[in-house]
Amino acid sequence: MSLDKSDVEKIAHLARLAINENDIPDYVRDLTNIFELVEQLSTADTSDILPMAHPLDANQRLRADEVTETNQRDLFQSIAPKTEAGVYLVPQVIE
Amino acid sequence: MHNKSLSELSTSLHNGEFSSVELTQHYLDRIAAHNSSLNAFITVTADRALEQARAADLRLQQKTAATLTGIPLAHKDIFCTQGIRTSCGSKMLDNFIAPYNATVVEKLNAAGMVTLGKTNMDEFAMGSSNETSFYGTVKNPWDTDRVPGGSSGGSAAAMAARLAPIATGTDTGGSIRQPASLCNLTGLKPTYGRISRYGMIAFASSLDQAGPMAKSAEDAALLLNEMAGFDARDSTSVERDVPDYTASLTASIEGLRIGLPKEFFGEGLDPDVAATIEAAIKTYVSLGATVKQISLPNSHLSVPTYYVVAPAECSSNLSRMDGVRFGHRCEDPKDLLDLYQRSRGEGFGEEVKRRIMIGTYALSAGYYDAYYLKAQQCRRLISDDFKQAFNDVDVIMGPTAPTTAFNLGEKNDDPVAMYLADIYTISTNLAGLPGMSIPAGFVNGLPVGLQIIGNYFDEARLLNVAHRYQQATDWHQQIPADFN
Repeated sequence: MSLDKSDVEKIAHLARLAINENDIPDYVRDLTNIFELVEQLSTADTSDILPMAHPLDANQRLRADEVTETNQRDLFQSIAPKTEAGVYLVPQVIE
Repeated sequence: MHNKSLSELSTSLHNGEFSSVELTQHYLDRIAAHNSSLNAFITVTADRALEQARAADLRLQQKTAATLTGIPLAHKDIFCTQGIRTSCGSKMLDNFIAPYNATVVEKLNAAGMVTLGKTNMDEFAMGSSNETSFYGTVKNPWDTDRVPGGSSGGSAAAMAARLAPIATGTDTGGSIRQPASLCNLTGLKPTYGRISRYGMIAFASSLDQAGPMAKSAEDAALLLNEMAGFDARDSTSVERDVPDYTASLTASIEGLRIGLPKEFFGEGLDPDVAATIEAAIKTYVSLGATVKQISLPNSHLSVPTYYVVAPAECSSNLSRMDGVRFGHRCEDPKDLLDLYQRSRGEGFGEEVKRRIMIGTYALSAGYYDAYYLKAQQCRRLISDDFKQAFNDVDVIMGPTAPTTAFNLGEKNDDPVAMYLADIYTISTNLAGLPGMSIPAGFVNGLPVGLQIIGNYFDEARLLNVAHRYQQATDWHQQIPADFN
């Protein structure tokens, strides 16, 4: 398969990645090459094969519904780009 | 001092031949002398190290010390270290001071080990040459024009140059074993779930596993003893007792059944590397092992399967790097979308962006079945090949990497060529099996690693098999001339 410029722009948008216009031809080439590599999977007969989501086929471990973590808001917010009054600040979303 | 094994260092510390402060200072001096030429460390934590060393000396005096108390180590910069920058090799986390310790760090601190610093790595562990790091390339001490391998390239270079007695690494598709191979080290990726992933910055959560990078199998066993174990804070941690991995190191390997997959010796393997591996197998035969030709017929699907599964998981894991709660944020975002896009666009390097985009595409509407589901099915085919093989053999052997260390810059313009550097290691991660790389000789002065793959939770056997080889050979004791 072959990707084009608009595919790359769409994927970058879905991934919330700003990419330079000048780099798009490189992404088109590299992603196309990588998906060509991945195309080899289509040669495998996987009918009736159960997808393997976990290497040991383990199930999610459950625990009692009890509070186990203490509040560390001040510590965690000490490394945040921008906070005020205990909340994280981002550009205004609602007018 | 820096050529002693961990058990020799431990004995000397316990006997008072030298203190942990003296030992730590020795390594800090070596780092100061050599790091500028290798770029193995991103952060050196000299003051903290000496503080930890003084505490270790107190434990040694009070006779409350454990085996590894007072022994320095280097952590790959993927493990969160409280109060210390944890960059994961990325501009995105250049300002990230971890607010807590990874379980691995916590355990090794509790054992009394001394953290020398945080080692360089491919950005978010995505790379096979340590060239994707925001902090610059790492040089291979065996030839500084060549790569150390990746992604744990800083730990590998630090160990090869004897800037630390032992180091931690992580392995998602070969990131412990391939650099161990290229730098003449003993590296072990344990069974998935054996070591806690808590506080280890996630790349591909169903593949990531931490492990030791060491001078010998004996040293690796000592560190694994402390790293392994159940952790309630990692939902995929396995509840299973940890054996003493040193207990069976010297056991006989008479009658050991070695499987040699024909797919690991085919096209793409450097003939000199192949000859070195064949010589190592002969050594095993002389030690009493038997050899059987086997087949892992779906091996050719490993790299393509990995390059769907790993990017898919990475695109999900790295979505948390959004410039809101921690990490890099762009200047003057005009709205929330702009904040996300520019923070991520500026914070991530090219390889990370490529993989996020592959994963995003593979998981997007209309493509999920064709890529992700198909890859998960192929993953089972690959895993079933190993299950079948282990009915007849105890361990599987082959080369760790198809070539010795390649030149810096050689594969930078061709991601697919770089991905093939992990062609023999990736299948082990997909199956969740333990794998090792041990020094097996040299080609034109560059190290070659022998890969040993074991059945689930068979780390003790791998270490035993590696140790017996290291009793019969001295490849693992070779040190690059400029760093002795």
